[in-house]
Amino acid sequence: MKCYTPVIYKGLSPCKPNAIKSAVLQSEQVQYVIKQLAKEMGESPDIIQEEATEILDEMGHRMQLGAVRFFAFTLSKIFKQLFQRVCVNEEGMQRLQHAIQEHPVVLLPSHRSYVDFLMLSYLLYTYDLALPVIAAGIDFLGMKIVGELLRRAGAFFMRRSFGGNRLYWAVFAEYVKTMLRNGYAPIEFFLEGTRSRTAKTLTPKFGLLSIVMEPFFKREVFDTYLVPISISYERILEESLYAYELLGVPKPKESTSGLLKARRILSDNFGTIHIYVGQPVSLRTLASGRINRCPYNLVPRHLPQKPSEDIQEFVSDVAYKMELLQIENMVLSPWVLVAAVLLQNLPAMEFELLIEKTLWLKGLTQTFGGFIEWPDNLCAKKAVLSGLALHSNIARLADGHVVLSDKGADDGAVGEVVFRHALAVLTCATYRNQLLNVCVRPGLVAIALHMAPSFRKEEVYSCFSFLRDVFSDEFIFFPGISLKDFEEGCFLLTKCDAIQMSQQEIYPTDKGSGTVSFLSAMFRPFVEGYQLIFRYLSKEMKEAFTEKQFIPGVRNFVFQLLEKGSTQCYEALSSDMQKNALSALVQLGAVKKKKMPNGFTYHVNQEAVSKILDMFDARIPVQKPVAARL
Amino acid sequence: PSQGIKSPVRLPREVVESSSLKVQELLKWNGWGYNDSKFIFNKKGQAEFTGKRYRLGGMVLPTFKEWIEKTFGASLEHKTTSRASLNVNDVPPSVVNEEFLQDLRATKISYSQDAEDRVFRAHGHCLHEIFVLREGMFKRIPDIVVWPVCHEDVVKIVELACKHNLCIIPFGGGTSVSSALECPEEEKRTIISLDTSQMNRILWIDEKNLTACVEAGIVGQDLEKQLAESGFCTGHEPDSMEFSSLGGWVATRASGMKKNIYGNIEDLVIHIKMVTPRGIVEKNCQVPRMSTGPDIHHFIMGSEGTLGVVTEVTIKIRPVPEYQKYGSVVFPNFERGVACLREVAKQRCAPASIRLVDNAQFQFGHALKPQVASIFTSFLDGLKKFYITKFKGFDPNILCVATLLFEGDREKVLQHEKQVYDIATKFGGLAAGEDNGQRGYMLTFVIAYLRDLGLDYYVIGESFETSVPWDRVLDLCRNVKERIVRECKEKGVQFAPLSTCRVTQTYDAGACVYFYFAFNYRGISDPIHVYEQIERAAREEILANGGSLSHHHGVGKLRKRWMKESISDVGLGMLRSVKEYVDPNNIFGNKNLL
Repeated sequence: MKCYTPVIYKGLSPCKPNAIKSAVLQSEQVQYVIKQLAKEMGESPDIIQEEATEILDEMGHRMQLGAVRFFAFTLSKIFKQLFQRVCVNEEGMQRLQHAIQEHPVVLLPSHRSYVDFLMLSYLLYTYDLALPVIAAGIDFLGMKIVGELLRRAGAFFMRRSFGGNRLYWAVFAEYVKTMLRNGYAPIEFFLEGTRSRTAKTLTPKFGLLSIVMEPFFKREVFDTYLVPISISYERILEESLYAYELLGVPKPKESTSGLLKARRILSDNFGTIHIYVGQPVSLRTLASGRINRCPYNLVPRHLPQKPSEDIQEFVSDVAYKMELLQIENMVLSPWVLVAAVLLQNLPAMEFELLIEKTLWLKGLTQTFGGFIEWPDNLCAKKAVLSGLALHSNIARLADGHVVLSDKGADDGAVGEVVFRHALAVLTCATYRNQLLNVCVRPGLVAIALHMAPSFRKEEVYSCFSFLRDVFSDEFIFFPGISLKDFEEGCFLLTKCDAIQMSQQEIYPTDKGSGTVSFLSAMFRPFVEGYQLIFRYLSKEMKEAFTEKQFIPGVRNFVFQLLEKGSTQCYEALSSDMQKNALSALVQLGAVKKKKMPNGFTYHVNQEAVSKILDMFDARIPVQKPVAARL
Repeated sequence: PSQGIKSPVRLPREVVESSSLKVQELLKWNGWGYNDSKFIFNKKGQAEFTGKRYRLGGMVLPTFKEWIEKTFGASLEHKTTSRASLNVNDVPPSVVNEEFLQDLRATKISYSQDAEDRVFRAHGHCLHEIFVLREGMFKRIPDIVVWPVCHEDVVKIVELACKHNLCIIPFGGGTSVSSALECPEEEKRTIISLDTSQMNRILWIDEKNLTACVEAGIVGQDLEKQLAESGFCTGHEPDSMEFSSLGGWVATRASGMKKNIYGNIEDLVIHIKMVTPRGIVEKNCQVPRMSTGPDIHHFIMGSEGTLGVVTEVTIKIRPVPEYQKYGSVVFPNFERGVACLREVAKQRCAPASIRLVDNAQFQFGHALKPQVASIFTSFLDGLKKFYITKFKGFDPNILCVATLLFEGDREKVLQHEKQVYDIATKFGGLAAGEDNGQRGYMLTFVIAYLRDLGLDYYVIGESFETSVPWDRVLDLCRNVKERIVRECKEKGVQFAPLSTCRVTQTYDAGACVYFYFAFNYRGISDPIHVYEQIERAAREEILANGGSLSHHHGVGKLRKRWMKESISDVGLGMLRSVKEYVDPNNIFGNKNLL
């Protein structure tokens, strides 16, 4: 048996999970809320205390070394079956080891698969590091035995939404903070909140992040380390499941029998996993000079306090920063390049041309700072072939041409054909999407060059800025620095000789027109998809609606267009894009979002949406205050 | 410049040692305290404290050298030496106009333009000030020193200053640690250092009301000595009481070690007389309390010499206590110790003094243990150590110590003592004897001498203080200490610093915390700058942890930048408007506080 003696936080006062639970229940914070609720509801505090105990039992972890060993044993077997290799940056693990001893640590991995947290725990165990406690969605609890096992391996569970439940919030927040303050174990959660079904990074959620930051704000700890972790899969375990989900075929509820069925995939090959443990970021350093310390000095620290606007803004900035750091350290497989090229050349592409284009894209991606796992001696042909072999479910080689493996798309009813093809496109897009983060700034500049009525800098910037706002939920941008993003995009395009910049103008070079059109073609599905969705909203949605009504509605709308052949934008079927588009309109003020007792309702301002559509078509110039620095 | 009068025209009636005009003959000109008292390394390389003034005097401290080497990475080989005496040629010239001098002579008030006299009054005891004395020279110092001997003299001086538009900086004991005594470099007018040391009489004692009216220049230890002759004391004992003056206490809102019985300066003062450019400010009666709008005493206390000169103070006195007893308690860790102090405060049964030192300071205190005389004592010490560490399981690298001082009737003291020890037991405390307690308090007076020794071996250090609510004491102590360690690392300090704290006062709602911070600066080109950056970071940390800008050292010029944040814009405006009314021409132009 492996001798497991992890390094621990220097200030740790060792305690059992149960001691933590009772510390949480007895804490001033929880007791305060209990008393408040008792007073408001006229109940006895004992009853509410009991409720709190139940919440805590439902939530709490029971980390046991035995369970951890069991997991480690099983996982090592399973992982060996599934994956060819797992690559880890060793120096990152060493940094982490150092960080864990110094200050409380929060692990912030990217979330593409359930494998994420299993793999991470396994990895930390293997490297003799303290096992994290993990905030997992409560749906796992439905998995009878596995839920319990996960609990023993250190998972704690949170309800997906508990905004309104003050007791739940208080107990949960205090539970997390107690573990953090004691340095009990690293805390792990996913900024994205849920697995990204598209392999694009989802916009961050702030709730948990603000909880783990609070002990520092209140100076209950000297500092807290935030560690961004990028987990890149050569092939994602749930890829086909995701495509179904995006198309509205509901996701199977997590159940133990479901997991057993998933065993079928054990015989499959999922390639390599890259885990990059980022440089621990000191929260203290991030906050220095930014946070006004007074508010926390004038109120007892156990009273629940709504964070000030300053703090909220800071939390949001940190969240984005962490996601951008995750993105920075993602590893791209050659297949990502193949998928990006292929999607622009459907239905079929000549094999040799695909190789040539892939190689070209490799150069471009590297210029943009993307990290591609492409061994020096690997020739392009081999790389593409091995990608095709691993992803035979997505594309295949036929008669010297590469085509999508959309089985059954050739025959059957029109609807069935569209659905099959959509599945294939969305699965393939999952891989192209991994490239988008690297290309998004130059990409949007490229589109802006096409959109803008002239090459004048400020007009191109206006278009860029408009696109950045529209796609603010689709891609990750650090809040508020539109100009900087623009400059970066231009810089990267200049670097690859795609554009030239003069004092007043930006224009594509002769040599670079290929790059510019490739980049805009890469983002075209989003531009077209958003236009379709906006069109649907401006034409069809006269009355208030809920998200539940919106998604099937817009899906049908797009589906019909696809059947008629009047659009080729299969990606507009993706519920992810649909939600993002709606949320973008809310942020642009073209749709009103109202909180109702049973969720949110939306109300479209038709005129505003049409105006945005016109801007896309460049029928009216995008009107934006022009940055003086341009 | 013309030579001032070298000897006083009118000698004060009672010449007390520490109040002669030439205090610098008794006190170090470039360090803390008496000339004859200092730490040295003797021929055998052992540390020793010289002089006969303190209990530690003449004793050998066998483990001290090892401690200093281990703690700072310092070595006796690497020594810096201060210049031996003041180089008069470096001293900025005295610029005083003749008309004023004529007027001044007419008043018959002693004065001096001598360089040594002026330099001695150009500084307090901040690290950078001492460093300047040892290695450089101040850019601006007083042009003239005057020694009024009574209230009327002060009135005359202030009138003359107003007439000639000169700047006055009042000087008491010179123990400021807030840069309050430094002359503003940009001050173009003649700067008069108004030395209150000759105003040192007890004017009367009122036994019926238990008050005494005292001239403000009297130094703490003289005040207590003289009151003791009549069987009284004020009980006000700041750590600087050997040198600091009554007027200085008032001007900085001082706090005394035994405030639990006697109160801080604001509790002790019954009446204040202050001379300002606008005239004399005082109350019409000497009553325990009055409701006549905001208390004008609170404009004066903490005004740090920006409004005028305090000349006479009526202060509460008490009969000298019948019985004093020291004590000490060992706690398994600092957390338990703080919890115990909190409980003592909650039950409002704090002894005259109760202090809790952290482990680093406990070890430091240990290093200052003199060579024991007999084998028997050393055997007993060993036994005690065995009992605490082995039998009770205290980790010598974690445990901490509280020192106690009880005062009052013998019977009540014993009763009180029991109550406190009972509480301590509940928090895992073990009584650790009177000796340890007494040594703890003796060390507070001696510790100030240590900085001078450190300076000789590339070690610089300082103390600073704050007050903080009870629930934040632990967080603040931990974070500030850690911040210091971190900042040192970042600033390229090569050896881990000494970063240690103690809780020195307890109140109903919080505590006073005192930090000591020192490091070995070898390899750093501008140690004072680095030091100041770190101290500033530590203060930022204190404020971020809900601590105050100062509990009793005051603001001076050192901590001015945080005043607005501390008392709000409007608050600062309120203080400014008082200054503007009282001293529109900024005669009291030391630029402190505001």
